[in-house]
Amino acid sequence: MKKVLEEQESVPRPAVRDTRFTTISGRALEPVYRPSDTAELDYARDLGDPGQYPYTRGIHETMYRGKVWTMRQFAGYGSAAQTNARFKYLLGHGGGGLSVAFDLPTLMGRDPDHPLSLGEVGKCGVAVSSLSDMETLFEGIPLDQVTTSMTINSPAAMLLAFYILVGEKQGVGPEKLAGTLQADILKEFIAQKEYIYPPRPSMRIVVDMIRWCTQRMPKWNTISISGYHIREAGATAAQELAFTLRDGIEYVQWCVDAGLDVDSFAPRLSFFFNSHSDFFEEIAKFRAARRIWARTMRERFQAKNPRSWMLRFHTQTAGVSLTAQQPYNNVVRTALQALAGVLGGTQSLHTNSLDEALALPTEEAVTIALRTQQVIAHESGVANAADPLGGSWLVEKLTNEIEAEALEYFRRIDAMGGMVAAVERGFPQREIQESAFRYQQAVERKEKIVVGVNEYVMDETPHPILYIDEQVAGEQVARVQALRRRRDNARTGRALEELKAAARGTDNLVPAILEASRAYATVGEMCDALREVFGEYEEQPIF
Amino acid sequence: MTETAARRIRVVIAKPGLDGHDRGAKVIARALRDAGMEVIYTGLRQSPEQIVAAAAQEDADVIGLSILSGAHLPICRRVVELLRERGMDSVRLFVGGIIPSQDIPELKQLGVTEVFVPGASTQDVVRVIEKGVAVGA
Repeated sequence: MKKVLEEQESVPRPAVRDTRFTTISGRALEPVYRPSDTAELDYARDLGDPGQYPYTRGIHETMYRGKVWTMRQFAGYGSAAQTNARFKYLLGHGGGGLSVAFDLPTLMGRDPDHPLSLGEVGKCGVAVSSLSDMETLFEGIPLDQVTTSMTINSPAAMLLAFYILVGEKQGVGPEKLAGTLQADILKEFIAQKEYIYPPRPSMRIVVDMIRWCTQRMPKWNTISISGYHIREAGATAAQELAFTLRDGIEYVQWCVDAGLDVDSFAPRLSFFFNSHSDFFEEIAKFRAARRIWARTMRERFQAKNPRSWMLRFHTQTAGVSLTAQQPYNNVVRTALQALAGVLGGTQSLHTNSLDEALALPTEEAVTIALRTQQVIAHESGVANAADPLGGSWLVEKLTNEIEAEALEYFRRIDAMGGMVAAVERGFPQREIQESAFRYQQAVERKEKIVVGVNEYVMDETPHPILYIDEQVAGEQVARVQALRRRRDNARTGRALEELKAAARGTDNLVPAILEASRAYATVGEMCDALREVFGEYEEQPIF
Repeated sequence: MTETAARRIRVVIAKPGLDGHDRGAKVIARALRDAGMEVIYTGLRQSPEQIVAAAAQEDADVIGLSILSGAHLPICRRVVELLRERGMDSVRLFVGGIIPSQDIPELKQLGVTEVFVPGASTQDVVRVIEKGVAVGA
């Protein structure tokens, strides 16, 4: 016995690479995890089977045996006619749902002939300036046979109105429309910065939409509470989780305060997360998200309907992780991130294309991204059993740690008086900014290796990319100007005045927006009407 | 001469157009400040006119534009035009963001001193700006 001990002592310590073993968010990891790391975990209380409260292991008992996730590729560029063709291509190649990317003028509630639209029309999404463009966008696509996700926030109510009216023309009532409206204005103030009006009137519009959709659109996800952009702006995994779920709490609180019964609208709330490069940390984040939300809805808001407790989410791989250098490496990054989303139990998934650090993706690049999901779904075998990493000491420990960090942020934000108040003070904005800077420093010190960027660099030739014709802008301007001449301007003007009147009062804004949309008011005109009443938000430029 | 040498490089970092993705602009602004430059960040959604006016008012040596939306060519064309009109030819223009490599020659021909794409290190940006200003002086 003594001899054995002596022998052990004389063995040199095993060699360990000279690096800090932390996640991409800077979380320190132990060399190995053991049962003692998760000793306090109670299976029934903290995990439960898939489909059982608190849904840590997934919201469905059968998970992907019942149905694989929806492969939903975000697409949009150029004119409505061009994007209509891309939609038909995606639907024809096994894409299960549509997801519309709008251009910046549309996202910011500006018409294409506004001076700030210079160079932006049709560039990072499709230009939809009025109901007329929406009719072109969905031409030949029966709205009762697809689900559509629309990434639109400040002017969300206008684009929702256009979609409802296209359905109406096809003979498809709002009760039959299925899909998702992003309409998450809080994360715009926090991260993506596509806000128009100040936070409080912006929140009123969201509550109005949730109320209207809850009554008329039972198959519609009224909001997609998004961590994606928060993460892209530089947040850590735990910050993404914390700020997103705290945004969710804020929306629920505002709706409850406005007199809505929590179980009437909570089942149609949906979430949208980033799947970043740190594999296990991401899986833990998704699992923690479900547990926190279930407990929050049940305990904090006394929701009774299990559907109110279930966190359903869409995932997109991390755009910010893509490199302009050696773009084919991005296929591998995206595949790993997509796998993390699947192992984390996502309901739908967008995989980024290999050329997105350079430009909007080509059709070939989009096809590889979609095929990546199909390989995971049909070849890898990971969709056969639910939550395959449940019970992993590492993953359970990380799930607990990320949850604890998020709950600590909840306490701080509650103490500030909620998320709107925290946003007005710039709190989440500053936290994210700090994390972004820390990560950049870690990359520059080579504490974090980015293949092809700060290591394994080589000379390259330019990669072929998709070019958006500069003609699109001119054509879109001409289309809008022709529309302004063609429509019944007296009717449009009246509808815009009524929208302003509704905004000054307390009536729900959705009917007035529907009416103005029907009168072919443009996105810019409707947003200007609300700008006149609500004012415009400007953030303090801090860095 | 001594005065010029002692003067800190003055940089206006701007987000033109409608794009709100400001992670890069803020990281760069902070890195340039940490490197000893005087940095003015304009905030979001600045027109070329506002950016050039800010550069004139701040007596800037450098304008750094952060553009991720694909609007880089028309925006840079307009900024260069305005700089010429105002006789601010000594102001160096730098651009960072999602810029296809195919567009870089045209941007440089317009008068952009350097273009930084994703993956550029802040240390490289600092070095290139210092060099660009020294050449221009």
